[in-house]
Amino acid sequence: MLEIKNISKTFNAGTINEKRALKNVSLTLNDGDFVTVIGGNGAGKSTLLNAICGTWRVDEGEIIIDGKDVTLTAEHKRAKYLGRVFQDPMMGTAADMEIQENLALAKRRGKKRGLGWGISKNEREEYRELLATLGLGLEDRMTSKVGLLSGGQRQAVTLLMAAMAEPKLLLLDEHTAALDPKTAEKVLEITEEIVNKNHLTTLMITHNMRDAIKHGNRLIMMHEGRVIVDVCGEEKKNLTVEDLLEMFNRASGKEFASDRAMLS
Amino acid sequence: MEHLFGALPGAVSLGLIWGIMAIGVYITFKILAISDLTVDGSICTGAAVCTMLMTAGVDPWVSMLCATLAGGLCGLVTGLLHTVLDIPAILAGILTQLALWSINLKIMGQANRPLSARNFPVIITQMKTEEAIFTLVLIAGAIIGLLYWFFGTELGCSIRATGCNINMSRAQGINTELNKVLGLMISNGLVALSGALLAQYQGFADVNMGRGAIVIGLAAIVIGETAFAKIARNFAVRLCGVLLGGVIYYVVYQVIVFLGIDTDLLKMLSAVVVAIFLGVPNLKKKYFSKVSKKRAKEAGENA
Ligand SMILES: Nc1ncnc2c1ncn2[C@@H]1O[C@H](COP(=O)(O)OP(=O)(O)OP(=O)(O)O)[C@@H](O)[C@H]1O
Ligand SMILES: [Mg+2]
Repeated sequence: MLEIKNISKTFNAGTINEKRALKNVSLTLNDGDFVTVIGGNGAGKSTLLNAICGTWRVDEGEIIIDGKDVTLTAEHKRAKYLGRVFQDPMMGTAADMEIQENLALAKRRGKKRGLGWGISKNEREEYRELLATLGLGLEDRMTSKVGLLSGGQRQAVTLLMAAMAEPKLLLLDEHTAALDPKTAEKVLEITEEIVNKNHLTTLMITHNMRDAIKHGNRLIMMHEGRVIVDVCGEEKKNLTVEDLLEMFNRASGKEFASDRAMLS
Repeated sequence: MEHLFGALPGAVSLGLIWGIMAIGVYITFKILAISDLTVDGSICTGAAVCTMLMTAGVDPWVSMLCATLAGGLCGLVTGLLHTVLDIPAILAGILTQLALWSINLKIMGQANRPLSARNFPVIITQMKTEEAIFTLVLIAGAIIGLLYWFFGTELGCSIRATGCNINMSRAQGINTELNKVLGLMISNGLVALSGALLAQYQGFADVNMGRGAIVIGLAAIVIGETAFAKIARNFAVRLCGVLLGGVIYYVVYQVIVFLGIDTDLLKMLSAVVVAIFLGVPNLKKKYFSKVSKKRAKEAGENA
């Protein structure tokens, strides 16, 4: 489903702020994979996701989604293959637009936007049912501006949007990090449901090792722009947080320093 | 007092013309969240194109259509400077505006061109203000209807999303650069149309007629928003509010003239009014919101 071949990215090349954020990263995701990504601050996790989304072009390497080489494809064109949820709950939705309008925008991802109505009558019914599956009572607030919702509600709506229009790949960048523990759990639950229901191939960054172990069928760990650990199947299921820390120390030759990661 | 009431229809028609201009500004300033200074030039471009075409005997409606298209072209230039060359929007607008000053002079061949109602079939004139008001209300109504429809379409919604959250828009596959250019074109098209109306109404086009236009547009927007935003969420009603904002602006202007206040001061007053209206909400956010108080406290503790 996703093939990343040997990609590298250096920010501010040639200046004193030069930063090699991705170093020859290769990664292949199979259809239906649910991969969790962990790693310390600045390890390059978000950079990897941004590379897939096309926020900028990679310096070298290839990115192939569902058999199509998108290495040089513009961000908004790539979007049709991708569903994204950001860390910042404000970033995934348009605050000044209605809940239903946001969903309608997502439904048209990858399609031509012409002079037909931005949202049709049938759609409203469809969205009402979709929102009801969240169990947050949002189906009765379809015409409310998204800006009035709480962070957790906004992330839940963003998840629904990301899963619309049949994305090939769902990309989640610490999408529960800004939420309180209880809300985070609820949003993760919704994530599982949506991923299972739509059979989405998923890449989920998290700082919570327990979540990384609990969710998905495969786990990768990044450090200084490289993938240093990649486990799947039974081995992944039986992991413990201690195993992960041990693996990190062995692979990186350093003590795991990120206190956020320890918070699990 | 009689003098004041006698002047009111004139103020209302001028207000309607500038209200149409303000609706154009609303599209960039409010919907796209871009401050576009092209308008100071494009309003004159509209006036110049309309005046020259009508002088050459072209039908007034065709002339106005051409003026609108010329305005769209001005917006296109600013849009390309901004999106293709990555020049900040404000600067891109200033560059176009500056270039337009020369272009407008070239279109007219001189700094000022008459368009007398006696010699040409103008659709509005200050000699018949009641008729002008009627015509302007119809035109403004058609524009508001058209915009209401357009911003409800898929394309229109995607332009609104672009202005509201550019990251989200790109993630949803929206071509944000294209949308910005489109928005700038529509905006400047409307501004140029109002210029074409203004030239007919006052009977001439002048190369300096656009100076400070953006401030009048913004004044109309803030007046309209203050008066209507609280009571109406509906987009069409908001646009009507902006239109009425223009009218209120010119009625107040008339009152100031009537009171004998030096009208040379009016542009300064407009600037002050706009600065206050744009600034006060920000001040409120900065110093009176709970969040900022909490942040300030945290910053204090961390220091
Ligand atoms: N647009 C950018 N310009 C310059 N440097 C960047 C940019 N984006 C990321 N970096 C740098 O690249 C490195 C990797 O950043 P990245 O955001 O991928 O880390 P991360 O693994 O997501 O960390 P975190 O857990 O803190 O989110 C960091 O050193 C960061 O400063
Ligand atoms: Mg990150």
